[in-house]
Amino acid sequence: MIEFTLWDILRNLLLAARWTVLLSLSAFVGGALVGLVVLFFRIAKNKWIKRIASGYIALFQGTPLLMQLFLMFFGLPMLGLRIEPWTAAALGLTFFASAYLAEIWRSGVDALPRGQWDAGASLGLHYLQELRLIILPQAFAITRAPTVGFLVQLIKSTALTSIIGFEELVRTSNAINNATFEPFTVYGLVALIFFVMCFPLTQYARRLERVSAH
Amino acid sequence: MGYSLDFGWLAGAAGAIARGAAMTLLLIVVTTLAGTFLSILGAAGRRNGPRPLKLAIGWYVEVMRNTPFLVQLFFIFFGLPSLGIRLDPILAAMLAMTLNMAAYTIEIVGAGLDAVPRGQTEAALALGLRPRQVFIKIVLPQALKVIYPALTSQIVIMMLESAVVSQIAVRELTYEADMLQARTFRAFETYLVVTMVYLGLSMGLRRLLVSGGRRALGAGVS
Repeated sequence: MIEFTLWDILRNLLLAARWTVLLSLSAFVGGALVGLVVLFFRIAKNKWIKRIASGYIALFQGTPLLMQLFLMFFGLPMLGLRIEPWTAAALGLTFFASAYLAEIWRSGVDALPRGQWDAGASLGLHYLQELRLIILPQAFAITRAPTVGFLVQLIKSTALTSIIGFEELVRTSNAINNATFEPFTVYGLVALIFFVMCFPLTQYARRLERVSAH
Repeated sequence: MGYSLDFGWLAGAAGAIARGAAMTLLLIVVTTLAGTFLSILGAAGRRNGPRPLKLAIGWYVEVMRNTPFLVQLFFIFFGLPSLGIRLDPILAAMLAMTLNMAAYTIEIVGAGLDAVPRGQTEAALALGLRPRQVFIKIVLPQALKVIYPALTSQIVIMMLESAVVSQIAVRELTYEADMLQARTFRAFETYLVVTMVYLGLSMGLRRLLVSGGRRALGAGVS
């Protein structure tokens, strides 16, 4: 039997944490891009387009992320795509993130006074210019705190991808636990690593919140 | 080559899905009651308790909010037995869910307590109520009314998050889905149906909480 020192455990966990970080970043970037499209739909003038975007958001916010990941994992192969845990995890989290980010930014757009749109129009800007130059920069600025807050939620959510077989921090920790039988240490360390990743962001979000409150 | 969806298995599976949904609902009911109670104690302790208690509650909230629920669940279910605390899956799930939810609702309840004007406490004290009576009869009801919408959202979020406890073999909705798809080899259809059940549950739960809250507290979300 192989002996695992505390350092062995920690080193392997830290190596696996790279995948957690990479997955979080891909999902955040991908989610921001898709979320932007959903946001355009959500604030469109057409009632039906708006309704489709609302439905999309409600669907992702009203069902468990685990189910969304399962549907990705088992659903995409039916479209003829060869799917690996990484693809399912990254795509699943991207769509999940897009719904939440769109909703966060939508609240920012809604919070802007009507006059901002009117001012833009009176300067002769067309719709897309208004969005790009006036509305979106302000909407992003006032929703910076919840956006960072959501990033924390996203990092924690990557833990679920272990269940569909993506080899990140939690899945690795399960394997290490099966070899060492030291669940207390192993899961304690995993929690610590997640905490080290998330806590600074939480603090940052809190600071942004305080700044914007003044 | 196309793949055709098949829902023929559904008729035989309705019972299992209903049983799973019932367990999911049981989990969230227990968690809501225990979690809310715990968070009232926590929020009160964080405001009026001795300094070490305040610090401890503060750290508790930070640790729970900055680590994944799945890891907390594994820590409780697999880790605690090495300290001699052995819980069966359902208890472990309830404990993990309650502790997780309390970390979020402590902040919510705390914000509610802060929102009640100081004059309310002063007036009640002036009327001769004891501090505990002031808290339970005057401050807390007003605070709950303010935070009720936020509490409702948190309960729904927790219900969705409870899908994860299938991983320690609690026989709730997701667990039943796992079993069903292993039997029917219709993974996508099974998860699609169960996802819709979850969607129904979360919408129903929200509606129930809103109308119930409006009746009981005169508060609610739209």
